[in-house]
Amino acid sequence: MSTVATPQETGTHGTHGNHEDLPFLRKYVFSTDHKVIGIQFLFMSLLFLLLGGLLAMAMRWQLAWPTDPSRPLPGGSLLPDTMFTSGVMLPEFYNALVTMHGTIMVFFAIMPLLVGVWANYLIPLQIGADDMAFPRLNMASFWLALPAGLLMLASFAVVGGAANAGWTGYPPLSINEVYSGVKTGQQLWAISLVILGFSSLMGAVNYITTIINMRAPGMTWFRLPLSTWALFITSILLLLAVPVLAGGLIMLFFDMTFGMGFFNPATGGQPLLWQHLFWFFGHPEVYILILPAMGFVSDIIANGARKPIFGYKAMVWAIVGIGFIGWVVWGHHMFMSGMNPLLGGFFMVTTLIIAVPSAIKTFNWLGTLWGGNIRFHAPNLHAISFVALFVIGGLSGVFLAAAPVDVPLHDTYFVVAHIHYVLVGGSLFGIFAAITFWFPKMFGRMMNEPLGKLHWLLTFVFFNLTFFPMHMLGSAGMMRRLYDPTNYPHIAQYQDTNVFITISALLLFASQTLFIVNFFWSLFRGKKAPANPWQANSLEWSAPSPPPHGNWGGHMPIVHRGPYEYSSPESEEDYLMQTAPPTGKPAPVHS
Amino acid sequence: MDRFWRLPQNISTFGGDIDSMFRIIAWITTIVFFAVELLLVWFLFRYRYRAGRKATYTHGNNRMEVAWTAGTALIVVVLGVMSRGLWLEIKDPRHFPDPELELLVTAKQFEWNVTYPGADGRLETGDDFTIRNQLHVPVDTNVRITLRSEDVIHSFFVPQLRLKQDAVPGMSIPAWFEATVPGQYTLGCAELCGVGHYSMDASFVVHTADDWATWYAQRQTAAAGGTAANLAAGATATRERAGSPEAAAAAPSN
Repeated sequence: MSTVATPQETGTHGTHGNHEDLPFLRKYVFSTDHKVIGIQFLFMSLLFLLLGGLLAMAMRWQLAWPTDPSRPLPGGSLLPDTMFTSGVMLPEFYNALVTMHGTIMVFFAIMPLLVGVWANYLIPLQIGADDMAFPRLNMASFWLALPAGLLMLASFAVVGGAANAGWTGYPPLSINEVYSGVKTGQQLWAISLVILGFSSLMGAVNYITTIINMRAPGMTWFRLPLSTWALFITSILLLLAVPVLAGGLIMLFFDMTFGMGFFNPATGGQPLLWQHLFWFFGHPEVYILILPAMGFVSDIIANGARKPIFGYKAMVWAIVGIGFIGWVVWGHHMFMSGMNPLLGGFFMVTTLIIAVPSAIKTFNWLGTLWGGNIRFHAPNLHAISFVALFVIGGLSGVFLAAAPVDVPLHDTYFVVAHIHYVLVGGSLFGIFAAITFWFPKMFGRMMNEPLGKLHWLLTFVFFNLTFFPMHMLGSAGMMRRLYDPTNYPHIAQYQDTNVFITISALLLFASQTLFIVNFFWSLFRGKKAPANPWQANSLEWSAPSPPPHGNWGGHMPIVHRGPYEYSSPESEEDYLMQTAPPTGKPAPVHS
Repeated sequence: MDRFWRLPQNISTFGGDIDSMFRIIAWITTIVFFAVELLLVWFLFRYRYRAGRKATYTHGNNRMEVAWTAGTALIVVVLGVMSRGLWLEIKDPRHFPDPELELLVTAKQFEWNVTYPGADGRLETGDDFTIRNQLHVPVDTNVRITLRSEDVIHSFFVPQLRLKQDAVPGMSIPAWFEATVPGQYTLGCAELCGVGHYSMDASFVVHTADDWATWYAQRQTAAAGGTAANLAAGATATRERAGSPEAAAAAPSN
């Protein structure tokens, strides 16, 4: 591993203190320290999360009070006439909001929040390494992601506005200005995502190499915390899926720029080819967006329950299983596309089967809580909510997987409800759990606990009030991406539900102020954090809070046991760190 | 349960089967939902933090792993087997019933153009006529539509028919339905197709048999230039054409 490090970095392996004297720019901006890069990703992706949420608020306002000049979008008058005119949002702007909300949330908020932040921050700390295998590649990964994000935002300002063909960018709509009214915005959308793809690949290569090669002495594969396991499988999915998206995007870009015709039937192309390429990436992407959260939640629930994770190996194999089966389910996004219906039958079966590893994980979380001594700190409340809400997201997925039932539900708000139960109820609650759990390690200060609990409570309540009723709007037949739902009589009769959802969504968004206040207040004023505030076992908690450059202050950790030895008879305490030397007491019998 | 889920009225022959499947899944998932969530809440209450208590030290139970893995697998495989036949009945052209009326539906930004056969009862002949944003069919009649698009992808969606099918440029995609309740409904677009996507609706009218004969004859006449002879011939042709073998021969292609 050290053969790839530059002479300068090799030199610092023994003299970590030197890095503390680095000039500001090298220490905080162009840093090769995995922890700084993780924190850079954290600030970047939280900002995009806020922006993506803001776009969603504008959409919700429109859906509750469509084209009603007496209730114009607050602040709408500040927007240019190409977006908002005489108190009414324009449909082309609504479509851009739909597109950019999805794109920003998936690619610039949830994905970096799960992978960019935590793979960078946690992997070296959890496996007992002093940094990543390729620190400069790691730095490049962040410095590609940020410009990609800025480019995406800049597309709002170009002639024609931002991309408006949906986050899925289906051609021919996305490749022909005549149909969409957007050219430059759509090109920037494609370019930005290709750049972000390179960023993801650099990260993925790094995470995989680091986990395989740089584990501390004694850190066997089956002593890895589940967070690291999940990030490992996620990185493999990224490495294999992202190139397919990038290839597709380059073809799409050629189509829209040079009229190449890969996806344009007028020049011998096939619109469905894009859908296959996009979803071949897109469904593994869904698991990229949930597996890391499953890992964090496993670590946090075991810690909260003061119990070993129930069925550790089953949990690992379930992650691996999801990683494999996730490659052969993409066709369920295309049940209505005109694809051969026999393929639909195949994809229905694979999609239903992927419920099995998801169920294994859920039951094992329940098993972990059973017989525990459960502490309800803010991270654990978020982690338990993840389980409760992921169950709903998983069960609503069964309706959509069953192809005949999907016929009326496809492309309706039922799907919108389903993805948000998975990506917000699941991933975002997992992210909040992770941030509140590892914040003391990252910044050396505790977050405010009562404020954290209040934020959790309001988020949990308003999340459900926002997204649960969407299931019923969907089964009632409300299509997605509708600028004005009152145009259809069968939807207009439920307009009060749309108003209710919008008010809940506004409250959900407003509740996030508590998190922002808590985050920044704690950053500067929070109580000083000890090295191991949660009495946890894994290696990161044996490093100082925050860990110095090189992580371990000169001596590398040695691992003696797995990461979940809570309440072990081997120890007087209800935890036993991976680094604690054997106590001499009889080793516990494993099942 | 239907009121909870706000299922729209069903007016198609296969819609009832879809709804039954929906209800089966809804019952299974509701039971699983309550079982899991109640167990979760019970555990949270029963095993809440108490000072001085130590949690049970266990790493799992292989029998339970096998039980819930097998249990889940059984449920999803049964659901898959139950769904597959219905899916193919609705979507696989080889399983389509013989059509009694064939229509060509051509989508474009932001309208549905419906082409009806003329007096000869066959599509793609000189006497076809096309009506914008109006899909008319007779009740209790097997209708086969061929979906095409002139520009971008659209999606044919009538919630009451429980039918949705994308229209893709460059492809001719067949679909079928048989409406069972006369009335006026709305055909909408379910795939984002541009700035007017939200208003790409057409009226969908299911006529009683008598109504249909009158309407169809009038339209044929209007299209043909309108003589009494044409009107009579058109009406006869409609009745004769029902179940004709050549209509069934229209092969799907994609």
